[in-house]
Amino acid sequence: MEWVNTIVQGILTGGLYAMFAAGLSLIFGVMRLVNIAHGDLIVLAAYVALVVTETLGINPLVSLAFVVPIMAIAGYVLQRTILNRTLGDDLLPPLLVTFGLSIIIQNALLEIFTADSRKLNAGPIETASIEVLPGISLGVLPLLQFVLAVAVIAAMQFLFYRTATGRAFRATSDDQPVSQLMGLDNRHVFALAMALSLAIVAIAGVLLAVRANFDPSIGPARLIFGFEAVIIGGLGSMWGTLAGGIILGVSQAIGAKIDPGWQLLAGHLVFLFILAIRPQGLFPKVQ
Amino acid sequence: MASILTLDGISKRFGAIVIANDVDLAVKKGEALGIIGPNGAGKTTLFGVITGTVPPDSGCVTFDGRDVTRLPPDQRCRMGIARSFQIPQPFGGMTVFENLVVAAAFGQGRSEHDVYAQSHDILERCGLAAKANRPASSLTLLDRKRLELARALATAPQLLLLDEVAGGLTEHECEALVDLIRDIRKTGITIVWIEHIVHALLAVIDRLVVLHGGAFIAQGDPQEVIRSPQVNEIYMGIPADA
Repeated sequence: MEWVNTIVQGILTGGLYAMFAAGLSLIFGVMRLVNIAHGDLIVLAAYVALVVTETLGINPLVSLAFVVPIMAIAGYVLQRTILNRTLGDDLLPPLLVTFGLSIIIQNALLEIFTADSRKLNAGPIETASIEVLPGISLGVLPLLQFVLAVAVIAAMQFLFYRTATGRAFRATSDDQPVSQLMGLDNRHVFALAMALSLAIVAIAGVLLAVRANFDPSIGPARLIFGFEAVIIGGLGSMWGTLAGGIILGVSQAIGAKIDPGWQLLAGHLVFLFILAIRPQGLFPKVQ
Repeated sequence: MASILTLDGISKRFGAIVIANDVDLAVKKGEALGIIGPNGAGKTTLFGVITGTVPPDSGCVTFDGRDVTRLPPDQRCRMGIARSFQIPQPFGGMTVFENLVVAAAFGQGRSEHDVYAQSHDILERCGLAAKANRPASSLTLLDRKRLELARALATAPQLLLLDEVAGGLTEHECEALVDLIRDIRKTGITIVWIEHIVHALLAVIDRLVVLHGGAFIAQGDPQEVIRSPQVNEIYMGIPADA
């Protein structure tokens, strides 16, 4: 029963990893940009939530109503003013610029908020749990996090395949010069994709900050989890990304169960194993 | 009649290779103009200059009375310039219908809902209605060429640029395509057509220009141009004074 519990907790954590991954995967899919600052943007969202909750005195979960639009607008502006200029035939400039952005965000947060570990307090919901089976209780918060992750993935799937914006993303991803000849303004499409990516980052950042301690330096590790989830699941597949996040979460939970020091190692090992036997990921997009 | 498109002194070189050398061209509204010329004469580059994907080194492009030389391709598309590619470039990950809907919605700046019926009509006209829900990557060459045309039409163009649409087709397929282009022409859309298959071209156009070495060396009535000494010299190697 203890093991079942471990696996269930792993699955729930996997939802958060899938959310880290979803925004990353979206950006790479639409504009072939590897956003090295993705993890730091998650942490930035957590700090934005911190400021919003402290200023307005509201629950962190309610603060999503502010953090999501703030991050989305920041994403749009970031793309229009900086990142669009780096895109072209060469993959290196966007990599370097987002790497620089990562350093800037980390140090700015360090300067403003110091290196102290922070946490958002969501109140009684944090300790609430439901006993689903004897011996297995699910925390309400992890459960909510997982449900939100599934909802985000489902919403992205819907957006991609059922809406004009989604078709614009897919057309641009498919053939950028041709999509422009069909009247699509790439700069605007890219900026919308970044806005959406950072909206998801905002949800992930707030949930992260409610679940665990955060400080300005934890971004890069979130980036790695995101990358691993994307690659395990297979590029271009939303549900694959969710599966990738869950596999990573469960691996870490099992590793931690065997020995607390093995949590991260177990996740990385499973990632490397899947990369070795199935480099295209478990559920690559079927064209 | 007024010109819908004018090129004024367009020059373009890639390194030492001159692709266009002070090219002037005026296309009248409703006209069907053919362009022929040997490979590497700069025909496709000219389309790039007109649609905005290739910036000219000098000269200016006027469309519908407006200088568009510095406008990006998406804005020119919404103004009414559309092109097809010699090698069809459908959005392979999307269905045939989705390809049309994207082009129609964004090419005309309208909502998707408003363009469904229209997109379907165009597929019908282009003989693709039965394949509307297939992935575009699964189409045969003829159907891909039809999709190129359909997608260009979906943007509701005033000016349609066709780049070797007849190449690689069987005689029968080619005839079907010529019929389709003739139909498009009847709707009042101005056509500029680059083609190597001359008889297909002659079935539609009312003026022919010959591009060679980055400049127009002959133009006028299609039949006369085809028989002109300059064209014979380029294509047959017969000297003009022979």
